[in-house]
Amino acid sequence: MAEDAKKIMFVMQKPPHGSIYPYEGLEFILISGAYEQDISLVFLGDGVYNLKKDQDTSELGIKGFVKTYRTLEGYDIENIYVDQNSLKDRGLTQEDLIVDVKVKTAPEINSLMNEQHAIFPF
Amino acid sequence: MKFGILIQDGPYNHEAGDSAYNFVVAALAKGHEITGIFFYNDGVLNATRFMDPPTDDRNIVKRWSELGAKGIDIIVCIAAAKRRGIIDANLAPNIRISGLGQLVDLTLNADRMITFGG
Repeated sequence: MAEDAKKIMFVMQKPPHGSIYPYEGLEFILISGAYEQDISLVFLGDGVYNLKKDQDTSELGIKGFVKTYRTLEGYDIENIYVDQNSLKDRGLTQEDLIVDVKVKTAPEINSLMNEQHAIFPF
Repeated sequence: MKFGILIQDGPYNHEAGDSAYNFVVAALAKGHEITGIFFYNDGVLNATRFMDPPTDDRNIVKRWSELGAKGIDIIVCIAAAKRRGIIDANLAPNIRISGLGQLVDLTLNADRMITFGG
């Protein structure tokens, strides 16, 4: 990370395949990863489905991009947060997710957001 | 203050581009600086020079070109543009196509990033 790194947060709040936002969002995240900034991701609401294991998009005719989240570690993007209630409301636990995450409460996510230089919603 | 602008939605369909334009005009009028306007996702459709709305409606691409003529850096994401058929041949004046790295630069140079749409 650069010495003068800025905090940039990506908020994933849409499900993975209903629109292109998460997919193009992830493309932006990977590019940002090359800039040695202090990057974090937050998965909120239906956005938590982005990290659901065992997704198969073959019958949708859509490229499955979800496995790409696993490459984030290689970009030194390790701050991946998931909203506790969003997981719980959807009957999911950390074991259902394809990457290691830190589960946070809404107030905790709120304080993380307050620390950011920039926040991008996808 | 230095503002960076990200637009994620296409013209006319949603208000995002209109709100962004109004924000930019108001910010400039107050003496603020715009570090750049970046079109991503369907936002890239804002840049086609073939836009030809009825004469009693606003011409969204013309407004962007006019801001570009004033020296505001207006950038279209190349990956998102290629998906949607936006290329140099149909790009409106004073708008350029470049990579997502430009959005990172624009963000780092801004005091505040404002996202419209999504």
